[in-house]
Amino acid sequence: MEISRLTISGIQAGLREKKFSAAELAAEALRFARSENPKTNAYLTFCDERALAAARQVDERLARGEEPGALAGVPMAIKDVISTRGVRTTCGSKLLAQYIPPYDATAVERLEAAGAVMLGKANCDEFAMGSSNENSAYGPVRNPVALERVPGGSSGGSAATVAQGTAVASLGSDTGGSIRQPASFCGVVGVTPTYGRVSRYGLVAFASSLDHIGPLARNVGDAAAVLQAMAGRDGRDATSAFAPVPDYGEALVEPVRGLKIGLPREYFEGLTNDTGKQIERGIELLRGQGCEFVEVSLPHTEYAIACYYIICTAEASSNLARFDGVRYTMRSAEAQTMADMYRMTRGEGFGAECKRRIMLGTYVLSHGYYDAYYLKAQQVRTLIARDFQRVFEEVDALVAPVSPFAAFKLGEKLDDPIQMYLSDIYTITGSLAGIPCMSVPCGVTGEGLPVGMQILTRHFDEPGMFRVAGALERAGG
Amino acid sequence: MKITEQQVGYVAGLANLRLSEEEIARMARDLDGILSHMEKLNEVETSGVAPMAQVLYEAGETATLRADVPGETLDNAAALANAPLSGAGQFKVPKIIER
Repeated sequence: MEISRLTISGIQAGLREKKFSAAELAAEALRFARSENPKTNAYLTFCDERALAAARQVDERLARGEEPGALAGVPMAIKDVISTRGVRTTCGSKLLAQYIPPYDATAVERLEAAGAVMLGKANCDEFAMGSSNENSAYGPVRNPVALERVPGGSSGGSAATVAQGTAVASLGSDTGGSIRQPASFCGVVGVTPTYGRVSRYGLVAFASSLDHIGPLARNVGDAAAVLQAMAGRDGRDATSAFAPVPDYGEALVEPVRGLKIGLPREYFEGLTNDTGKQIERGIELLRGQGCEFVEVSLPHTEYAIACYYIICTAEASSNLARFDGVRYTMRSAEAQTMADMYRMTRGEGFGAECKRRIMLGTYVLSHGYYDAYYLKAQQVRTLIARDFQRVFEEVDALVAPVSPFAAFKLGEKLDDPIQMYLSDIYTITGSLAGIPCMSVPCGVTGEGLPVGMQILTRHFDEPGMFRVAGALERAGG
Repeated sequence: MKITEQQVGYVAGLANLRLSEEEIARMARDLDGILSHMEKLNEVETSGVAPMAQVLYEAGETATLRADVPGETLDNAAALANAPLSGAGQFKVPKIIER
């Protein structure tokens, strides 16, 4: 078995034909991941015992002639902001260096019920705040495609494990692009499902009105299979959706002839670099499959970054208030009073970007500024969501770039928060509207760096999104 | 200037965040740049536009309420397992009220 190229269907066939057992696969996957990890720093923690126990369960089910589950034996990495019972969950933060969750996230529980084998926890920007994975307290992740470059963020480790071949699929979280942008930078598939499609129970909250859990994988079919296993109502997350979950596997092989796809003008203005050329190539591939393209407009796009960074920091400042030195492992050793315990623990525990966002969020919510910033941003968010509603009356899907550029070098944007924030420009709008969106590889730049095409559809139209993604992949994307 | 170092200090207090002198200076600079970018929203006419307080909710008002039956909860030891300091089944914190 060539572990770094395995896919979910390949694993299923291998298990069925008894080429390997799930336990053998898990042991080999762990060995390989451990030996490769120093190159990228993509994994923060390995959980051998849990992985091998899950694999043995799959083998037992197979031995009894039972259906082993849609993800039977699939080695996966889980982003370290997703809670895993008994397995350290750091959120990329020094503050949670010793934190061991007492329960599993619903998404993880469902993946394991489907037979998945969690190998370990993937590195990420601290509390999922960042676009380069350079904000991790445990060191940056390197892009497996080009080791001197960033893998994107915040789910940089999740994308890197899949690209490096040290996981067959992974879970990431996306608040403003944190699955799609690293997927694009590392040349893998990444899906941000509709808001509420996957339960966030057990996801350490960053910005609750924007947080999503979604899969990253080596191909569209694998990403769809992982989403299928997690999607659906969960009573433990009040925002999880009641809508029935359709069969994604069926959707991705449907022909796309006659589909009407919108190209949002605002996403292509000034996109004259190599990334733009690769997106054009992707569009031509879809045109070859019979898709029709029309130019559309999402006029409020230029306000999305300002809108997003008000809403997400406001919510983050509230969500991160729980890290107070009382419950979550770290407390400043020098604090003598209650007030100092709060201030010093947080001052010592949070990294620079988290502090910046807590400060910004506290400021925009503070007395006298609430209406000017937070309320205004929520109103603009309504207008951004309406832009999408309007275009989806005329088109079946939208395609756009994921990022204005390919993976940049480590350190290149670290000192300029605004430049870093602006790199999320094309992914933030979909997050604000809560619609499904994904990144599919559609070419490489002259420097050999992957470029992802973004596909966006209506709320809960993951089938439509996978249909376009499947066509692009088959056409050679 | 959108924000002064003095205001940064005040906001840090609200956020229960201790910042060093250097951090305050850097924070004032960073926040000033970011807040200036956010001024852009003032170009948008929003009178009469409802704020988007709910992303997506397509179910009855009480649909998310579960049946009123006892469910599983964390036991005391599990809840305290990550506490930096605990005792007698409680989280321990510095003294708040002096005798």
